[in-house]
Amino acid sequence: MKKYWWKGLTILILFYVIIGGFLLEVPRLNILNETIRALYFHVPMWFGMIIMLAISLYHSIAFLNKSNPISDIRASEYANIGVVFGVLGIVTGMFWAQYTWGEWWSGDPKQNASAIGLLIYLAYFVLRGSLEDQEQKARISAVYNIFAFCALIPLLFILPRLTDSLHPGSGGNPGFNAYDLDSRLRLVFYPAVIGWALLGVWVATLRIRIRKIENALYQ
Amino acid sequence: MKRLMVMLAMLISATLNAQDKIKIQDSDYNNSDVAMADIMRSEGKIYVVVGVLLVIFAVLIYYLVRLERRTSKLEQQLDNHQENNND
Repeated sequence: MKKYWWKGLTILILFYVIIGGFLLEVPRLNILNETIRALYFHVPMWFGMIIMLAISLYHSIAFLNKSNPISDIRASEYANIGVVFGVLGIVTGMFWAQYTWGEWWSGDPKQNASAIGLLIYLAYFVLRGSLEDQEQKARISAVYNIFAFCALIPLLFILPRLTDSLHPGSGGNPGFNAYDLDSRLRLVFYPAVIGWALLGVWVATLRIRIRKIENALYQ
Repeated sequence: MKRLMVMLAMLISATLNAQDKIKIQDSDYNNSDVAMADIMRSEGKIYVVVGVLLVIFAVLIYYLVRLERRTSKLEQQLDNHQENNND
């Protein structure tokens, strides 16, 4: 029972996010209108992705230190769920952008950069699939994972800020990042980030356990 | 531990934001010039939407829990099998 408490917490938090996200009061802002509620669901996907990829990075470094094959499985499964969050982020972002910015894809620097970032991570899985030798696969993909994370951070957090972006709201654009999250929005937003990240960890640990069973069977 | 701290610092710095943001005012919550789904809310139909989402989410979570139970069972079977082989 002790092992499972945080899974119950995950479910409670996400129930709260769905109910609070739709029913609590939000500021009435031009252009965004009711779509501001997408903030509670779209942005936590990106936070979830970054958290999952950071955990993946941690396990890749651990693998290079200790050469424990379990670290390699963990790194690849956390990267996997991270990319799932990233794809959800980009798809929900396009949907939201269609209604607020007028186009599915407007070549916004942050949109482009996150697409490149996801491609870098897809290449991680291509790389893994193309190597036969287990030890070699683990080592090369761990090094690549460190490179991928280091490329992702400037792509998502530095480069889009150096130029005009629809995201940070230059030229009076009401894209959400233009606004400071106030305390009432944070009341749902932060639990959403924590809830989705915990759900990501839950799914990742389950996949890691299945991979361990597979490994035991093939030995 | 040191490595963890460095990673934590990286994550925190990644969420730092530029300062030139617009504050959300209390008046934004009462600005009736901006169209919102007020009628849908006053008719209580929003509860239908929330209800549908909650049902879907609850069933997906139930499915995930069942999947986990099945995985635990497989792990146990594998453990028993390996013990038998070692005897």
